[in-house]
Order: sequence, then C-alpha cells, then structure tokens
Amino acid sequence: MALTLYRQALNRALDEELANDEQVVIIGEEVAEYNGAYKVTNGLWKKWGDKRVVDTPISEAGFIGMGIGASMMGVRPVMELMFFSFAYVALDQMINNAACVRYMSGGLINCPIVIRGPANAGTSVGATHSHTPENLFANVPGLKVVTPATAHDAYGLMKSAVRDNDPVYVMENTLLYGDPAAASDLPDDEFTVPIGSAEVKRQGTDVSLIAHGRSVIVALEAAKQLDEEKGINAEVVDLRSIRPLDEETILKSVEKTNRAVLIDENKPFCGVSSQIAATIQEKAFDSLDSPVLRVTSIDAPAIYCPPLEKEQVPNVSRVVDMVQKLG
Amino acid sequence: MQEQIETHKYSEAEVNKSLADSEKIEFLRQMVRIRRFEEASLKYYNAGKMGGFLHLYIGQESIAVGTASLCGDNDHIITAYRDHGHALAVGMSMNECMAELYGKKTGCSKGKGGSMHFFAPDKNFWGGHGIVAGQTPLGLGLAYGLKYNEVKGASLCFLGDGAVNQGSFHESLNLAQLWELPVIYIIENNGYSMGTSQKRSSAFNNCLAGRGDAYGIEWDVGKGNDIYEVRAKTKEAMDRAHNDSQPTILEFDTCRYQGHSVADSNAKKYRSPEEIDYYKENYDPINVWKNSLLEEGVIDENDYKEIDNAAKDEAKESATFAEESPFPEPSAITDDVYFEVDNQTESGKQGKHFFHD
Ligand SMILES: Cc1ncc(C[n+]2csc(CCOP(=O)(O)OP(=O)(O)O)c2C)c(N)n1
Ligand SMILES: [Mg+2]
Repeated sequence: MALTLYRQALNRALDEELANDEQVVIIGEEVAEYNGAYKVTNGLWKKWGDKRVVDTPISEAGFIGMGIGASMMGVRPVMELMFFSFAYVALDQMINNAACVRYMSGGLINCPIVIRGPANAGTSVGATHSHTPENLFANVPGLKVVTPATAHDAYGLMKSAVRDNDPVYVMENTLLYGDPAAASDLPDDEFTVPIGSAEVKRQGTDVSLIAHGRSVIVALEAAKQLDEEKGINAEVVDLRSIRPLDEETILKSVEKTNRAVLIDENKPFCGVSSQIAATIQEKAFDSLDSPVLRVTSIDAPAIYCPPLEKEQVPNVSRVVDMVQKLG
Repeated sequence: MQEQIETHKYSEAEVNKSLADSEKIEFLRQMVRIRRFEEASLKYYNAGKMGGFLHLYIGQESIAVGTASLCGDNDHIITAYRDHGHALAVGMSMNECMAELYGKKTGCSKGKGGSMHFFAPDKNFWGGHGIVAGQTPLGLGLAYGLKYNEVKGASLCFLGDGAVNQGSFHESLNLAQLWELPVIYIIENNGYSMGTSQKRSSAFNNCLAGRGDAYGIEWDVGKGNDIYEVRAKTKEAMDRAHNDSQPTILEFDTCRYQGHSVADSNAKKYRSPEEIDYYKENYDPINVWKNSLLEEGVIDENDYKEIDNAAKDEAKESATFAEESPFPEPSAITDDVYFEVDNQTESGKQGKHFFHD
C-alpha cells in the first residue's frame, strides 16, 4: 500500500471535513489559487470553490480575528498561518479573544476555530520565521494545542480539531510535510485521533524518550541508534497533544523505564518539556532512577547559518549523548 | 502597463539637472552591480551554497539606487526581506552580503540573519525584515529618533504592495501624521504579493499611496524604473521631511522579474512570462538609464561593457570570498543575544541567561 505523506494526510482531512460540514471554510494567505505556500491545501479551491477556500491579503490580525468572530457565529473556520511565526502579528486575537471569550461570557459563546500552520525551526529561514510557540499557547487556558509528528496523527488530529468546539491550534512542520519518515499507511475509512491522547511510538524498557512534533522522529532515530550501538532499549512517547496533555501515558512509561529524557524543539525556559518534567517529578518521583534530562533547542533566536542551525535544534547525536549521561 | 516614459520631464528637475556625469555613471554602476550580484546569488543558491529563502530584487534596482542616492549623513533606510538591492545601494560590500547568504562568519550579520536580515547601522541601514510590514513601525521609530534628537534627517521605509494591508502599517501612518514625523513610506509596487495580484489583495481608489488621504498625509505615485523620476519625487518628500518634519507616502510602479523567492513553485502560473518579457523589453530600469546616458553622450557602449564586466567579476569574487570564509563557531549561537552578557558587564554576570543543557 502506498504511504501517505504528512501534507497529503492533512489535505485529505481538510477535504473530508469540507465535505462533512458546510460550515467549514478554509481561509488564509495563498491557500486557494496558489494551492498553499506548502501545498497543504492543494486542489481544494479548485474542488470547493471561492466560498469554501478563501485567499486573504497579508493582514493576520485582521483575518485571524475575523475567523474568531465568525466562529462565534457558528462558522467553523480553518485558518492557515503561512508560518506559525506570523501568529505573533495576530497574538491579541489568538489569546485575548479566542481563549477568553467563552470564559468571560460565562460559557455563552464558543470559538470552534482551527488555526494551523508550520511551527518549526531547522530550515534556515532565520529567527523571524522559526518560532515554536506551542508552549506559549499551551500556557493559555481556553486554548488547545496539538503537534502531530506523523501523517496518521496529522490526519486524525486535524479532523478532531475541526470537529472540536474549542479553539484548537494545530502546529505542523515544514520538514515533515514531505518526509518519508513521517509518512503513514492510512486506512481508506475515516478515523480521528482524540485530542489529549499521547501514544507510545516505540516500546522500550531502559529509558523513556518523551517528545512532540518532529522531535518524535528524532527520538525514534536515536532509539534505533541506542539499540544498535549501545544496547540501550529506549521507549518513545509521542505527546501528540500538548494541551490537553495525556499525563497517564507519560507516567506509565516512566514508571516502566525509571528514566526520562525529554526532547523538545522549544527553547528550554518554560518549554513544553518544563511542564513534562514538573509532572514527572510530582507524580512519579519514586519511580525515577535518575534526574529527568532534556534536549531542547540551544537557547538563542534561530540562527540562519545552515550547519549551525542543525546543531541548535535537537538532533540524533545530541539525544544519544544525553541518554548516556543518565545514571 | 505604463505609458510612454516621461524621462525628459524629470531630468529637468532641479535635483537631476545638477547631476555630474560621474554621478550618473555611478547610478548605472550601482544598478548593474545589484543585478549581477543577484544573478550570482541565484546561481550559487541553486548550487546548494545557501539555505532558506532568497528573494531577488532584479527589475527593481532603480528604486533602491535612486532613493539611496539622495541620502545624506542623517537619512536612514529600512526595508523588508527583499533587501539585497538596498544593502548594496547604501554601500555595503558584495563580500559581506554574499558571505551572509553563505551563512559565514564574515557575513554582514555574522551568518546569523541570512538573506532576509541584512543590517549595516554604520551605513544608516536598519535591515532587512522578514515579517511583512514589521519594518513599518520601525521606520517610524527611526523618524521619531531623528525628531527627538532634533536632527534634520529622514527615514526612508520601504514596503511592498502586499505589506500595505497590515494593521501595523496603518497604525504607523496615523502616528506619522499625528506626531509629524519625518518618515517616507516608499511602496515598491511590483503588482504581486507572492502569487496574489494587487487587485485580489487590496481595496483602493486608483492607487495604494492614496490611502494617505485618510490621514492627511501627502502622497505621490511614479514610475519606478526611471531614476530621474524616482529621484525627483523622493527629493520632494525628503524636503518635506527635512524642512517641515512631515511624512510622505510614495508609490513606485515596478516589476520583479524572478519568482517571489527562489522557492516560488507557481511563478509561471499567476502571471504570464509575456507580462515580464514585455516589461523587460520596454521598461527595464538599467536599459532605460543606460539609453538615457547614451543619448546624453555621457557614456558609450564600451563604457557600459566595462561597468558590466567589472560588476560580474566583483560578484564572482564575492562568491569566492564567501566560499573561503569560515562558518561561525558553534559557541557563536549564543553570542549577540544580550548586550550585557557579550560585554561581561555587572548586569550580564548577574543571574542565569541561558537555559539549554
Ligand atoms: C506577517 C507575514 N505574513 C506573511 C508572510 C509571508 N510573505 C512573505 S513575503 C509575502 C508577500 C509580500 O508581498 P509584497 O509586500 O508585495 O512584497 P514583494 O514580495 O512583492 O516585494 C508574504 C505573504 C510574512 N513574511 N510575514
Ligand atoms: Mg509586491
């Protein structure tokens, strides 16, 4: 069976959700006639037309806010940010409005909006285009944040996100869109992946590598190397969803392996891994045979220099080295 | 498309009438240098020497060169990610620019910024900005700094026809007029923001600069391919900034010959190659200027060839320089984040600044 690429899986999910619900509308820069800057919406404008797939001017604060307002009226917009880094132009709308309106209205108003786009470093596009704001948005109660690492999860989480009645920010990755390592064998029948469920992507006994997004692919590669070269049998836990967070799967894994290395493309200060580390020490302290260690991005704005940026983000050799530092 | 170019009218403008032949030749040389640099960077990008994006300025050279030619010691420039032309026009060297594209330590930003983020504050060049319209409040801030310190100068802030739809630009316009700041917004209207034509992205009456009416800001439109016209219109705006501390919006028609960036997969779909060919044939800024100078007897064909060959050589040498330069050390990743840490001040030594393993 042919494997489906991450970008194709997202495309299929969006196409099916456009068919499933007339309120679903795709809005963003270059999503329609250009077929998406990264081709995630390829063919959808041609198939669904101007009403369902809409190109916008470069006005993120305006059109993201508009999507949030429309979602209050029952429209179900799926908004594309060409890069999630451009969310910073629309931050007020995404935090003050999308996250707070339900609360401030005492539950009278909902925001069933999806905001999606790539949120990653590692492509030498410089500091302004390489932010990973999943920790920032997960810090905001009212928002949901998912970070699929495989085509399977990208498909299933996107469908769940569109059907969810809360704002869901789906953070994708330009390096995964066409990566064979992230491709999946998708069944023909529709399915969803529940928001808030982690998955053990590789069973192991010696250490839990806990990651999200592309770091999962890095962790799987590192686990293979640790197994083949060091005789260390690592388990890989893919968070998939940052908020809500599947604490149970994390804790079960750590209770089994007694060691954890967290792999996180976020910058370290209050990165997603900070929350995971806090959870583990609070709830599985007695299971730990060594401190929880982390491999994060090196703590500076994303450097342009291509070979150095590969060192700045978590990579296989940094993970392998860190695992060996465990007692 | 544009009508017949009224070169002659603008050549009579005071600011152009006084030009020495050597200055006119210098404009030609600058435009040709930009074009040859861009062609070389495309070639080496395609050879895998660079990462990320590469937005080329080919076709728009007359705007950067014409405007920068008017800048004095207290005039400042800031632009978006299509910044190589402005960088060279303000006097940055091909070497430091090419080395930046290669991500090398000898680059203008030490390999940290890349194509979209060139800087040279010593030449009054404040970048190189990757977020569409993100530079527009900064340009306002440069003007604020001038006025605050009672310096007679202007801030020339460049933006695209797509950038005019960002809220930050509109907020900047309001502040510019409200506080009478010496900023000149120069819209380089090449008709497209990525694959979106101006018509599909902007609601407007006649032109984009006309939005200035809503704020009472003076504005003007012109043909961007003619250095005489660019200089004549920019000079008026600069006088307004220098003498009256008033903002201006200028809009120059232009054309980018290449795709939005090298990665523009649809470059041949959203506009026809004929549209570009027609422009190149009739309005190419280098040709137009070259022909004026030939007509005026300022240069002959041979002079042009010499200028062109020198520019090609310079571009090629810059690639050799970049190739031979070292990459920054891995430890450089955390340099240049904090002034106080880099300079080991008391403040920089207090507390922990970096948190990775
Ligand atoms: C806030 C933001 N949104 C989107 C982008 C992606 N993007 C980069 S350039 C561009 C088109 C801008 O067009 P225009 O302003 O006309 O400038 P030109 O490229 O024609 O010089 C877009 C959409 C970005 N860099 N920043
Ligand atoms: Mg444009």
